[in-house]
Amino acid sequence: MKAMASLFSATATVIPRNLAVASSAKHPVGHSLPNSYSPPFLSFPTSKSNPRIRLTASLQSPPAHASASSSPSATFHGLCYVVGDNIDTDQIIPAEYLTLVPSKPDEYEKLGSYALVGLPASYATRFVEPGETKTKYAIVIGGANFGCGSSREHAPVALGASGAAAVVAESYARIFFRNSVATGEVYPLESETRLCEECRTGDVVTIELGESRLINHTTGKEYRLKPIGDAGPVIEAGGIFAYARKSGMIPSR
Amino acid sequence: MASSLLSPSFTSFLRTKDLSLYAFSSQRCFKAVPKRIRCSVAAPQRQPSTTGSVRTAMTMTEKILARASEKAELSPGDNVWVNVDILMTHDVCGPGSIGIFKKEFGEDAKVWDREKLVIIPDHYIFTSDERANRNVDILRDFCQEQNIKYFYDIKDLSNFKANPDYKGVCHVALAQEGHCRPGEVLLGTDSHTCTAGAFGQFATGIGNTDAGFVLGTGKLLLKVPPTLRFVMDGEMPDYLLSKDLILQIIGEIGVAGATYKAMEFVGTTVESLTMEERMTLCNMVVEAGGKNGVVPADSTTFKYLEGKTSLSYEPVYSDQKARFLSEYRFDVSKLEPVVAKPHSPDNRALARECKDVKINRVYIGSCTGGKTEDFMAAAKVFLASGKKVKVPTFLVPATQKVWMDVYSIPVPGSGGKTCSQIFEEAGCDTPASPSCGACLGGPKDTYARMNEPQVCVSTTNRNFPGRMGHKEGQIYLASPYTAAASALTGYVTDPREFLQ
Repeated sequence: MKAMASLFSATATVIPRNLAVASSAKHPVGHSLPNSYSPPFLSFPTSKSNPRIRLTASLQSPPAHASASSSPSATFHGLCYVVGDNIDTDQIIPAEYLTLVPSKPDEYEKLGSYALVGLPASYATRFVEPGETKTKYAIVIGGANFGCGSSREHAPVALGASGAAAVVAESYARIFFRNSVATGEVYPLESETRLCEECRTGDVVTIELGESRLINHTTGKEYRLKPIGDAGPVIEAGGIFAYARKSGMIPSR
Repeated sequence: MASSLLSPSFTSFLRTKDLSLYAFSSQRCFKAVPKRIRCSVAAPQRQPSTTGSVRTAMTMTEKILARASEKAELSPGDNVWVNVDILMTHDVCGPGSIGIFKKEFGEDAKVWDREKLVIIPDHYIFTSDERANRNVDILRDFCQEQNIKYFYDIKDLSNFKANPDYKGVCHVALAQEGHCRPGEVLLGTDSHTCTAGAFGQFATGIGNTDAGFVLGTGKLLLKVPPTLRFVMDGEMPDYLLSKDLILQIIGEIGVAGATYKAMEFVGTTVESLTMEERMTLCNMVVEAGGKNGVVPADSTTFKYLEGKTSLSYEPVYSDQKARFLSEYRFDVSKLEPVVAKPHSPDNRALARECKDVKINRVYIGSCTGGKTEDFMAAAKVFLASGKKVKVPTFLVPATQKVWMDVYSIPVPGSGGKTCSQIFEEAGCDTPASPSCGACLGGPKDTYARMNEPQVCVSTTNRNFPGRMGHKEGQIYLASPYTAAASALTGYVTDPREFLQ
């Protein structure tokens, strides 16, 4: 699996439809990770690494599979991690770790290391390997009612901090969806079919946001996703505050 | 801002589907109106908005949001900027919300209203976990800096009684301290904020980022939810509690059955419920995915509020022709005690169907099942049996007030004994310091945390894997009656074994 991850590394990119948007992308919770950290499998404007650097790179080498769509343009590529229905917030980030405050950079990183650690033992493969702070899975694939349970924003934050770019689920619990958008931490995408039964942990997948499409390269199948709609630009900007500043709803600072 | 910000996909609202329900809705309203007119607080049936005129019939949830967004009318699916009456936060999400507020509005920024923010440390209090302790310190520093009026602080962790300001579980404290008022909008950084809907207000849980926004502006963009109506009629059997009703409903519609929706509870049974029992009902709407739950305010509500708040409030009620997405009816007199089996709150079964399930412990506590009446109910079962518990039975009063009630209020029919005396005679653990306790596991040294893969009957709200600590632990959610009966036998037990 690791070999595959590196095989596909750095093929993901974004179509820089709006330079101003991407270059002013700013993380909402105030952490700043060292620029040396480079996610092995994904690249998009809200990436936790420096968005300018990412953007420049993608401008210089447009990928072969780049979408020509003018709608939300991020593409995520990497391994997927598959979970079932009703994955509640305690499984995403157990309550004992809620003492970590997401707005503190070092604690933000720690939250990432605990992402999905609450899954029962039946999940043989860990989302984040012990001792690691980042996941090797770019995309989480779930069933119905993903993120049910508490209102803890730590849940989407933990997934985002672990390095995951998107969740693709059949449906979401309301607060998790809202928190994902408000923080800009992960794209909460909805599938039209039960992808958790179509994909296996470790499959190599690509999400083309503009095409609302998920491609499973391991099985060679393609699936339609529901359009992310107006929530897309909010996540792309880095959350509601960043979006509101950019769109002039609240004054820039 | 984006309309789809609030919803992964807009669900079309089926207005025509429920036409047949109008006749019934009208009956309910007519019946309820005379009662309300007698109330000391004016509760006009048609007071939906700032303009006073009604063009579209609305549900009470729609009316509350219309008033809070200064609109004459609105419909489900509308996104509106809502003025927030109360924002509540606690030690788990407060520090992060404050962090976002400071980052986005500036280090010197002031909260929008120092009297509308209520900060209640309650989650991880009696622990030696340094970060948990630090988080309460962050709240204290912020409240001092901002001169916050309602901060229920705790400094002496060795003895909660040495902290007169300390309350305990936020949702119960909000009610007891008079922060829940009909017709208002209450947001909180906790999913069980929906508890306050028992007071006929809009109340829902939000994340840190949204809370940070509210701290700075006093407003939040909300999508107006369609309403599911639950009509509960019939006399409540004396072996049932409100917990049985909400577990029944969640079992009926599933853990996502009310996602993005309001749940309105009406009917003669609901009218007969005490405020604490109504709170239990609304508390668990989030376990069905609900955005909020509401019970129309009535004389029970107004009486509870007497002496608790000096602020005026204005209740609203669903119009006779308000549109409900669907309506569910229950004849409560025919219901039986139920549990939610592991590992989902909608995994409903009759308590008597689980009589062969051997248990290791019982837990009575939390915002759901740790109120004064919950302990009175448990004591009633212990008293009726006269026996001792067969498994460790942990009692965690939600708030300091509940703790005092447990030690002071005589249990009816006991010859003047208090709950605490009855619990002691039954061999229960001594009631612990009020907090969220082991309902959500918490730091490893949390009292009654499930550190082993045991089986627990609990009056709490969630039984997902790992909720009370150990990932392989099994939690049966139940009413205080069923929990106490199960403690007495060491198996999941229908309380009728002791109450009849």
